[in-house]
Amino acid sequence: MSATNDGLLSIEGLRTVFRTHGGEIAAVDGVDLSVPRGRTLGIVGESGCGKSVLSLSVMRLIAHPGRVAAGRVMLDGRDLVQLPAGEMRDVRGSQVAMIFQEPMTSLNPVHTVGFQITEAMRAHDARASAAELRERAIEALNRVRIPAPERRFDEYPHQLSGGMRQRVMIAMALACRPKLLIADEPTTALDVTVQAQILDLLRDLQQETGMSIILITHDLGVVAEMADEVAVMYAGRVVERAPAGALFNDPMHPYTLGLLGSVPRLDEERESLLAIDGSVPPPFALPRGCRFHPRCPFATAECRTEQPPLREIVSGHSAACLRAPVEAFAA
Amino acid sequence: MLRHALHRLILAVPVMFGVLLIGFLLMQVVPTDPATVRAGPTATPDVIAAIRADLGLDRPLTVQFGLYLWRLLQGDLGTSIINNVPVVQELGATIVPTLELMFASLFWSIPLGILLGTLAGYWRGSLIDRAIMAFSVAGVSVPVFFLGLVLIWFVGFQWQLLPFTGRGGPLWTMDGIMSLILPAVTLGGVFVGPVARMTRTALLDVLSADHVRTARAKGLTERLVVQRHALRNALVPVVTLIGLQIGFLLGGAVVTETVFSWPGVGRLAVGAILSSDFPMAQGTIIVLSMGFIVINLTVDVLYAALDPRIRGA
Repeated sequence: MSATNDGLLSIEGLRTVFRTHGGEIAAVDGVDLSVPRGRTLGIVGESGCGKSVLSLSVMRLIAHPGRVAAGRVMLDGRDLVQLPAGEMRDVRGSQVAMIFQEPMTSLNPVHTVGFQITEAMRAHDARASAAELRERAIEALNRVRIPAPERRFDEYPHQLSGGMRQRVMIAMALACRPKLLIADEPTTALDVTVQAQILDLLRDLQQETGMSIILITHDLGVVAEMADEVAVMYAGRVVERAPAGALFNDPMHPYTLGLLGSVPRLDEERESLLAIDGSVPPPFALPRGCRFHPRCPFATAECRTEQPPLREIVSGHSAACLRAPVEAFAA
Repeated sequence: MLRHALHRLILAVPVMFGVLLIGFLLMQVVPTDPATVRAGPTATPDVIAAIRADLGLDRPLTVQFGLYLWRLLQGDLGTSIINNVPVVQELGATIVPTLELMFASLFWSIPLGILLGTLAGYWRGSLIDRAIMAFSVAGVSVPVFFLGLVLIWFVGFQWQLLPFTGRGGPLWTMDGIMSLILPAVTLGGVFVGPVARMTRTALLDVLSADHVRTARAKGLTERLVVQRHALRNALVPVVTLIGLQIGFLLGGAVVTETVFSWPGVGRLAVGAILSSDFPMAQGTIIVLSMGFIVINLTVDVLYAALDPRIRGA
């Protein structure tokens, strides 16, 4: 169950709940994950599966009425969940940074690009002079391949394109050289060509800085391109975890199978794309037993009553399915 | 930024012209005849006709308006029908007390409104929030004259803490300041509630915005997040509201000046209208409208200062 300790970040038994009129509901329910240094963990799932809540839980940015109810988030041996608010604030931006889906709205329209980047630096280095910060910010803009960074420094977000803004977000996130970057759907709102550029940039920057990345996406193509390891989430839980290659070649959970079946491929001829019937159950109406069983074509009577734990099926490859591995899946 | 301001300034010219035209026509529509007023109750028709010719009232309206504009350009607003004093002179004497009153009112009420709105918005749903909102609803509901009378009765008359009639002197004297307090509290009082409410709403809106989450993710302190990334953005709608409310402030100034016998433009306007002193009434209307235009201009420029997206437009 417990994640290995050699990694940079390990999440153990994380449970994030939201208080509603109908009682507490768990958006993230007992998640174990780990991220090794310098590697990329992809987290995949449909919208509503809890992947964004998971990332905000790591940052401790879950807003009222939500809270982390149980579990540990160990970063370099420190449990972020238990950290006093002031120390957690120091971690944000300097140790763990985050970029978001919407570069259009994630930057403050009333401050210049330069101000917003230097602000992130100043938050963790009060002694740096204004000139020094400016120089470092321009360097950061340069690092994310923004042309004419000296000029961009004094511009406002509305003067930049979507791709440029996401570059600014990345420059800001990396301003303090964090050990971990959480990228929550970083390319979803961008044009396809720009998506590829941003992913390339992230990969290059990872090589330069040696940071770890948690890449959250619903796009399996992005995961295939970027991730070393992949976790598939469904209804607040991790249902499958494997090295990227193994996941794509040999998926073990019926849900993953369904996800892969709904991606168009050029190298295979197929009559039509598979779709998974139904939709992700909302956290307040979870089925008993395996949470996927109402949509699962392989479900048995046992699946309706018993919640399957995440178990290692072959070395390094785990799935939360009572029937995995089943030969019939491949058929 | 400068271009934006200039652009707004040019746009204000036709507005000013419209105001002058309406002010002029209003005085024509009023059923009282200025010549009769000036001539007095015992005058013969011959005398009235002579006065009418003297005032130029027998000429076509367009000519009258043209002459009126021409004189205005030379800074001549005519003379009072009632006491023969040049209108400009009277206005000059009353404009300073009115400006004093306005600035003194805004000086405390806007910062207080923004502060209360910020507190209420930040601690939404708390006891503080509810108390502030109850207070601001009460503030919105109380008419200016009533608040003025209550203050006069208790603070001025019963407890004798502060003077409540007239202006004690220029602002730099102690008497001047003391006499300004009650009118400024009265006039500003109606402003706190709306500003607080708007600040709260705008702040709540901004606090849930994506860029505020970004600011938190940077590791900024909550204080900086609210100051730099929420309040600054929330001020744009607040400034709009203030601009719109300035009209009420001018109306409130007329009432406040009357209640406190404050020697300002508002009281002059009321007096002029009640005594059918046409040139004087016109003069006060021009000054009050000019004030309105200048304040709107300021709001426009302030906008651009707050929101860079407006500057280019």
